[in-house]
Amino acid sequence: MMKQLSPARKRLLDNALTYGIVIVAYLVLQLLSGAELLSSTMEGLLIPICAYVIMAVSLNLVVGISGELSLGHAGFMSVGAFSGVVANVALQQLIPVNSLRLVAALAVGAVMAGFAGFIIGIPVLRLRGDYLAIVTLAFGEIIKNVINCLYIGVDENGIHFATNQAALALAEGGKAVVKGPMGASGYTKLSSFTAGFILVLITLVIVLNLVHSRAGRAILALRDNRIAAESVGISATKYKMMAFVTSSVLAGAAGVLYALSFGSIAAKKFDFNASILVLVYVVLGGLGNIRGSVIAAALLVVLPELLREFYDYRMLVYAIVLILVMLLTNSVGIRQFLAQRFVRLGRVLSKRAMKGVEN
Amino acid sequence: MAKEFQKGKMVPVPSRSIVPERDVDKMPVLECSHLGIDFGGLTAVNELNLTIGRTEIAGLIGPNGAGKTTVFNLLTKVYQPTRGTILLNGKDTHGMSTTQVNRAGIARTFQNIRLFSNLTVEDNVRIGLHNQVRYPMWDGVFRLPRYWKQEKVAHEKAMELLSIFHMEDLAQHQAGSLPYGAQRRLEIVRALATNPRLLLLDEPAAGMNPSETHDLMENIIKIRDTFQIAIMLIEHDMNLVMGICEGICVLNFGEVIAKGTSEEIQRNPKVIEAYLGSGKKGG
Repeated sequence: MMKQLSPARKRLLDNALTYGIVIVAYLVLQLLSGAELLSSTMEGLLIPICAYVIMAVSLNLVVGISGELSLGHAGFMSVGAFSGVVANVALQQLIPVNSLRLVAALAVGAVMAGFAGFIIGIPVLRLRGDYLAIVTLAFGEIIKNVINCLYIGVDENGIHFATNQAALALAEGGKAVVKGPMGASGYTKLSSFTAGFILVLITLVIVLNLVHSRAGRAILALRDNRIAAESVGISATKYKMMAFVTSSVLAGAAGVLYALSFGSIAAKKFDFNASILVLVYVVLGGLGNIRGSVIAAALLVVLPELLREFYDYRMLVYAIVLILVMLLTNSVGIRQFLAQRFVRLGRVLSKRAMKGVEN
Repeated sequence: MAKEFQKGKMVPVPSRSIVPERDVDKMPVLECSHLGIDFGGLTAVNELNLTIGRTEIAGLIGPNGAGKTTVFNLLTKVYQPTRGTILLNGKDTHGMSTTQVNRAGIARTFQNIRLFSNLTVEDNVRIGLHNQVRYPMWDGVFRLPRYWKQEKVAHEKAMELLSIFHMEDLAQHQAGSLPYGAQRRLEIVRALATNPRLLLLDEPAAGMNPSETHDLMENIIKIRDTFQIAIMLIEHDMNLVMGICEGICVLNFGEVIAKGTSEEIQRNPKVIEAYLGSGKKGG
């Protein structure tokens, strides 16, 4: 019946399917948007969907593939977001072309988040299991609180940092970009759905190719059996760090994309809840399952919007849907039960259809 | 304590005399002296002196709980020794990590099999080739020409190594789904992939039937001859140990009680006592 595929071929098809889903989804949404069939709220969700898909895929690299539970992923998103915004304002004169400036802002945000990931990774990756999870949570909160009291201004002398607005001491014509708890506002929006789509594709290429290379195998080996991996000469520190930094670089890029799709952004947007939300996408999509992360993130970002008609009970329904989906996807019994029902339904329908033909 | 062993054919520790003749003039691959480790108040291994020749097959035997696996863990730095030195190719391994010791030339298998059971057989071997077939992360992420070239080299090498145990056909199977004996063999292949000078096998024949054990003995000798490496093994199957080991070291309660060739060990009263208990005491 089914031809047995070699794992390499199967992997190729698997990856092609993942890219295919993303490309088709983009084209469909683009068409709908062009035909003005999307509501304005849906229209506004297109870029956040891309950002959260990137967040979920990058967190999956740490949680699913590297096997370390990280609860501070939103912290890296916010580092990326704010450095991206500052880069956007600072480079306004230097790079007047919007799309080029977006690329520059993305690069700055990604590098800064990667740097933050490296610094935080040094102490964090010495820990294991629950301890690591709790320390990443703490670092996520630290990042949020640091940005909450950070003032960044741009004038002709360059970029200024301070802990209150007066201390910025900006020259004539200077502009305070990040204003502590008020966050950043008054910058040009640069993100577009197409840019988000391209970034999602780049993220997928990086993560999927990384997993199926020498470095990726080392990361998988460390997850499966750390002692055995070290006994064949794989440096745990190096490859755990590689996964962690790659993940924070991608999270930083997602942050830039997200921040530059709105006119303003505040640090409180990237709190513990945001980290957990991304973790929910990853767990729901399946640990180590990249395609699952993409689908789960996209659906769950849209879901609250679809539940609009339930008004006050929206979040309650959201929670129930989450529980049901978890049960359905993780219980063998329920899956079999559903499969049987589907088969029976199929039989009944085909019988009816046959009768219809006979009559 | 060393003095007791000086009579008869037993040799004083540390000893080079159980090193096979062909290796005597070459630098030994491993020299341990006064090696020991304490866990809290418990001395797990004490005063271990051991020399292994360049192409020797050495055996480490002893009753359960004698500290044999602890010795392997000391050599591979899973535990850092409390005292004593380990010279690998004449180089002190003090302060090295497990990873560094492997790069310096020690590879091992585990008593309780530690394969990457979710990955394929071939990927397990490729992970063993980690430091042999290298390319930077970026070449992998962007699929640059070096990625394709090196992955091809890795594939060919992996297949070649798997062919030692005639496991090429299993290459795409999931490692965890293999039968027990095949998993043990795969662990040996993975260890060999790291291009070691000294291969440590922790109970390689455990769970194998007599004919599998016989094949394993032949293969251990074949590996030694092809790769010209030293092999040290922990094993409870005395036919295997007495059949292929040129030098045998007997451990009891963390201390070496005898060293020598298989004939010497079999005649040694201390060894007999350690395994069977003394008939004199109690009753």
